[in-house]
Amino acid sequence: MILGVVILVIAVVVLILYAVGTYNGLVRMRNEVQNAWSQIDVQLKRRYDLIPNLVETVKGYAAHERQTLENVTKARNMAMSATGVPERAEAENVLTGALKSLFAVSEAYPDLKANQNFLQLQEELTSTENKIAFSRQYYNDSTMNYNTRIEQFPANIVAGMFNFTRREFFEAKEPAEREAVKVKF
Amino acid sequence: MWEQIRANRRRSLTLIIVLGVVLVLMGFSIGELMFGQGGGTIGIGVALVIWLIQMMVYFLSAESVLMSGMNARELSRDESPRLFNVIEEMKIASGLNHMPRVYLVDSSAPNAFAIGRKAKDSAIAVTTGLMYRLNRDELQGVIAHETGHIKNRDVQFMTLAGVTLGTIIILSELTGRYFLFGGRMRDRSSSRSSGDGGGSQAQIVILIISLVVVVLAPILAQMLYFACSRKREYLADASSAQYTRYPEGLASALEKIAGKGSAMTVSKAVAPMFIVNPMYAASGEPSSIFSTHPPTGQRVKVLRAMAGASLADYDAAYRAAEGRGLIGTQSLNASQPEVIRASSDNAPFETRAGARSAVASSDGYTAMQCDCGAKIGVPPAYNQPQINCVRCGADIPVPAPAARNATMPGKQDA
Repeated sequence: MILGVVILVIAVVVLILYAVGTYNGLVRMRNEVQNAWSQIDVQLKRRYDLIPNLVETVKGYAAHERQTLENVTKARNMAMSATGVPERAEAENVLTGALKSLFAVSEAYPDLKANQNFLQLQEELTSTENKIAFSRQYYNDSTMNYNTRIEQFPANIVAGMFNFTRREFFEAKEPAEREAVKVKF
Repeated sequence: MWEQIRANRRRSLTLIIVLGVVLVLMGFSIGELMFGQGGGTIGIGVALVIWLIQMMVYFLSAESVLMSGMNARELSRDESPRLFNVIEEMKIASGLNHMPRVYLVDSSAPNAFAIGRKAKDSAIAVTTGLMYRLNRDELQGVIAHETGHIKNRDVQFMTLAGVTLGTIIILSELTGRYFLFGGRMRDRSSSRSSGDGGGSQAQIVILIISLVVVVLAPILAQMLYFACSRKREYLADASSAQYTRYPEGLASALEKIAGKGSAMTVSKAVAPMFIVNPMYAASGEPSSIFSTHPPTGQRVKVLRAMAGASLADYDAAYRAAEGRGLIGTQSLNASQPEVIRASSDNAPFETRAGARSAVASSDGYTAMQCDCGAKIGVPPAYNQPQINCVRCGADIPVPAPAARNATMPGKQDA
């Protein structure tokens, strides 16, 4: 009888310990996902800040590329106002495409390519593109980890009890659009 | 990725515990050999004191001694924005919370290393040779490997293991010296105890076992330590591929480093933190059970055999090459490769002069840029109003030494 009670108590304690451990693990993973998401945000903001400078610099050398410049500005404003993960991913891809064509156009202007300010902006924007890509990659990795974890048995019981829900991936629709801006000089 | 760190931590803990046990056994055996029966406790005490002193010396001074010994100079973001960008990209890709400090070592040997016991105060150092020999993708692969060391907590564990191993080796050297020069003391004590009669049988057995431990322990400890170090190199390579999603970058960097390498003199304790072993880089490291790094060729082969860029792909390639797995299965589900290429052309990351300009500015040189793109370092004592460009021959106006050097201290403080 006493032995039975002892075994029961031990079993309950082990279960509780497991649940606490799993819960803490899930919280940690969810925080990691949130952290990764805010990192993407930081980089996207950095890109929004750099674009007006770039547009101004290019305008000085290639004023009649008005259409391309307008496209970039428009795409930037659209991306800034987009909400929700898939919409945002979509808008960011359009912006990446617009930037790509802006850099392609600037190929035709040797003076622009020699401008120190332009070169600096280009390095910053290229690196920011990379940072966006890498933070997106990290976000998707942690999201994948987290989603797998909350679906696995028996962690899914704890996840269900405390309302841990799936997160969406930050994904581009077209694989071709995933590529970062490629600038070659 | 957390899973991977955890698996690492478990494995490292085992290594540290085994090394600790070896150290205690070693102390006990030496005590028994030197002070006769019952001297084991004194031996353990001596071993622990040596270990503690070594630990304190390392923790108090190692980083600054290492950095100043290698002429490493901390860079600010303004001095090399591109290098900072590459490192920040990898910081983001690995999910590190803190940006490592950046050091530049003035050496033509292409190499890089990471230090810092905690991720919070970690640092990455690159040599100038690395910057002008590799292109951006290759440099990124190397930086990602070093970031992998930081993320996997390799610095912390290899330091702890290195200090423990160092103590074991010091103890064995001390014992060797003791028997060479002071053997007579032991003779006296053993003849005295054998005179006591009883228990000498057991004592002889203990003496023999102790002798075996003292001879074998350092060898076994070293084998263990180096095997662990090599495994961690492979793991950092796997992390590099996972962060950059481009194993070819690191593979081609390793080839270039192995081909162009020249030896650097560094402390043995930090050798595992380099991208390739700095002491053998030139000759191509002899592969043995006492190597800190796996043979570069083998590392390149595994990287090139990867089907994708995830940890699972690395594990599969490693299994094909070595016949056994590298990473625990539970950590493999982590990543689904989304291949993103960082934009890069094939040009070297920096020109030779560009890479050295940060080093030169600390010597009081002023960097002047010519219209043709060449950078020229003007010595502090140069007093002509202009200087000829080394590439195109054009005259570049140079400010007077007083004006030039007046701006210098401010620049260095920044």
